[in-house]
Amino acid sequence: MLYVALILGSVIMLAPFLVMLVVSLFPNEAFLSRRFPLDQVTLSNYFQTFRVIPFGRYILNSSIVTVTVTVLQILISSLAAFAFARLRFRGREALFLLYLATLMIPAQVTLIPNFLIIKNLGWYDTFAALIVPALFSATSTFLLRQYYRGIPLDLDEAARMDGASSARIWWQVIVPLSVPVMAALAIFTFQGTWNDFLWPLVVTGSDNMRTIPVGLSYFVGQYSTAWNLLMAGSVIALLPVLVIYLLAQKTFVQGITLTGMGGR
Amino acid sequence: MTQLRLNPTTRRSPFHWRPDQQWEAYLFILPSLLGFLVFVFLAVGASLGISFLDWGLTGPKGFVALNNYRETLRDPVFWTTARNTVFYIVTIVPLQLALGLLIAVALNQAIRGLDAFRLIYFLPVVTTIVAGAIVFRLLLNRSGPLADVAGGIGSLLGRPVRLPDFFGSAAYSKWAVVILTLWKNTGFTMVVYLAALQGVPKELYDAAHVDGASAWQRFRHVSVPLISATTFFLFVLQTIGAFQLFTEPFVLTRGGPAQSSMPVVQYIYDNAFRFTRMGKASAIAWFLFLFIFAFTLVQNITQRRWVYYETE
Repeated sequence: MLYVALILGSVIMLAPFLVMLVVSLFPNEAFLSRRFPLDQVTLSNYFQTFRVIPFGRYILNSSIVTVTVTVLQILISSLAAFAFARLRFRGREALFLLYLATLMIPAQVTLIPNFLIIKNLGWYDTFAALIVPALFSATSTFLLRQYYRGIPLDLDEAARMDGASSARIWWQVIVPLSVPVMAALAIFTFQGTWNDFLWPLVVTGSDNMRTIPVGLSYFVGQYSTAWNLLMAGSVIALLPVLVIYLLAQKTFVQGITLTGMGGR
Repeated sequence: MTQLRLNPTTRRSPFHWRPDQQWEAYLFILPSLLGFLVFVFLAVGASLGISFLDWGLTGPKGFVALNNYRETLRDPVFWTTARNTVFYIVTIVPLQLALGLLIAVALNQAIRGLDAFRLIYFLPVVTTIVAGAIVFRLLLNRSGPLADVAGGIGSLLGRPVRLPDFFGSAAYSKWAVVILTLWKNTGFTMVVYLAALQGVPKELYDAAHVDGASAWQRFRHVSVPLISATTFFLFVLQTIGAFQLFTEPFVLTRGGPAQSSMPVVQYIYDNAFRFTRMGKASAIAWFLFLFIFAFTLVQNITQRRWVYYETE
């Protein structure tokens, strides 16, 4: 009984993926007539998707943006978190509280001014617009700081006795010890950035700069009934994240639920 | 939004005051701080400032004090989108918590294939929302596969059964968004609940069992109170998420028909980027902030009554 329910649930969860895949592998007429003869299986929808929209460009843009944001955001957050957790300086607690307070502000409040800032910097429809504002995350800083605080301070002291600078302590003591949390955070950031929609929608204007989600949404507008092409596009959009998920399932689940676990 | 417990540990810090460390510390923070100054602190201030301006197609036209806020409160479309957002919160959040808990309880047993089930249920969580929304445009369409299923059921029952007109009817469009969101996010609540359930000490169940508690009583009186902190956390997180719903309705229904499925955030987007009314859009964004803030505040006050923390 339990198994029947669980399997039924699994079917419901998987059905959309299955529909996506099947429809993407046949000509549109197959879907319209609900007949999917195996000898008609074709990859031509995928090729055609690349022809009717600059999908290759979207993939390139998404990859550049996601990799850069993930690496730099964690680097910048890690440096700040290190100072917040393990160095003493005037105004540390106050500044940290200020960072925390920004977690309360929904992204919609800063959306409009940030759009105007980007426009005035002349960054509209550039990589800088897609990348730079995403590099500063209170969540990442907070999570890393919590983790760094758990590492025994004796390690720093011992390293300092040996004449190590703070930079060396950060790079050679703290960073190696926090690889697991950084991996989880990297996945969290990666999938958040890869799937982000509102910000790239607002700051891109040309096909040249669109990321996959934004490009797909324009695709829906133009080809709303070309289901075979839309499904092929969706499969391509899902593939990278799905592959990483299947390869690193544990870290992935940890990463996505990290914001949930980190604070408590 | 997480539960924050700040235990200042500055005082137990064993190392001595080093003046040179001050400067070093600022250098470590500098890159982050520069970004926060511009894209967060300046932006928040600017957002407030813009909300007091009249903003036309050509740019700012002058100071209008609270006019944008007043206009928003008198705007029937704003209230429609606010009602829609409340609809999303009161449907999505309880359903998602209940479904997630149900699946987690089912999986929290010595069952075969646990890993496979968990993998499958979590799969939609990692998918790109836009791609998910596109599939559901196909699935929920009146000429889509679910309509076939409805037709099949109809012929079994001997009377016509039709799929609700999710994209053409103002009565059902919101439900399309709810269905998509549940499919997309239930795996998240499931995984968090599963971790919480696995943290409940086994002895408590055994003790309850010895006392003759039924499976339901063990669930109701052992599991539920012991995972209430998780329920609270998920409740707050998902509610805040539902307040900010945008991509799902934007791609799935475009907010329509009319504004029947449009959430507040899409109305902010429309005002800012379609009507170029940056001032009014900012005012609406601040209303959204106020709603979320008030909700969080009320939750933090009332949580004492129903949330169990081990440390208390």
